Amino acid sequence: MKNVCENEMKLEFLSKSCNEAFSRGVISAFVSQLDPTIEEISEIKTAVSEAVTNSIIHGYEKEEGIITIISKIYKDFVQIEIIDKGKGIENIEEARKPLFSSKPTLERAGMGFTIMENFMDSMEIESALGMGTKVILKRKIKSKAPITV
Amino acid sequence: MKTDFKKKDKSLYFYLDEDIDHHNSEKIRRRADYEIEIHIPKKVIFDFRNVNFMDSSGIGMVIGRYKLVSMFGGELKIKNVNKIVRKTLEMSGLLKIIDIEENDETGGNRFEECV
Repeated sequence: MKNVCENEMKLEFLSKSCNEAFSRGVISAFVSQLDPTIEEISEIKTAVSEAVTNSIIHGYEKEEGIITIISKIYKDFVQIEIIDKGKGIENIEEARKPLFSSKPTLERAGMGFTIMENFMDSMEIESALGMGTKVILKRKIKSKAPITV
Repeated sequence: MKTDFKKKDKSLYFYLDEDIDHHNSEKIRRRADYEIEIHIPKKVIFDFRNVNFMDSSGIGMVIGRYKLVSMFGGELKIKNVNKIVRKTLEMSGLLKIIDIEENDETGGNRFEECV
């Protein structure tokens, strides 16, 4: 049976670090429609924060660009896409390795993708040099109470 | 962020009170480095009782301060982390090199999960 998208949102903002908290707040408010636990929402917020930070630091580096977040709510899971039109990733497999950072002098822990993978049920990356990056995160909300009419 | 330097045992406390993300880590880093370089503490303690959010930028910030403090022969500890922040810390492997001190009796994290 095909999953039916019950709700959808789209957010676009400048790749300024002061917008990181704002984007977490928006996704938190949207996903709360599924009645997640505090733990579930915190983990989703952290994963989204990692992806947004990657777009700011790596995607756009010192320039400003637009980051787009598209989120879709299905019956008991949420899908979140974080999209930038920045530099793109040359070697996705290398970038996904824990502790790898292409910017070690900036005190980056190199844990962004590891955290996304662990805090979400699935993570896909679509990216190429010069083509920007799209990260697709999905998480089932286990605490979702059945809908009663 | 409040700071407190106890001269008696040369320990420097940082009471973090905001989301530890990429944006705030920069401010915290500058302030912490300034205080560490002035006091050259034997021990630095990051107190997380008012922290509800931390991502890997926060991990990087803690690691950076750990390296700085170690250079001066000091040690760095973490205190009063809540369940969610602890999970991020565990995942990064940071807890293999930095200890979490026992929570204060009264100072446990305000944001413990209550579900």
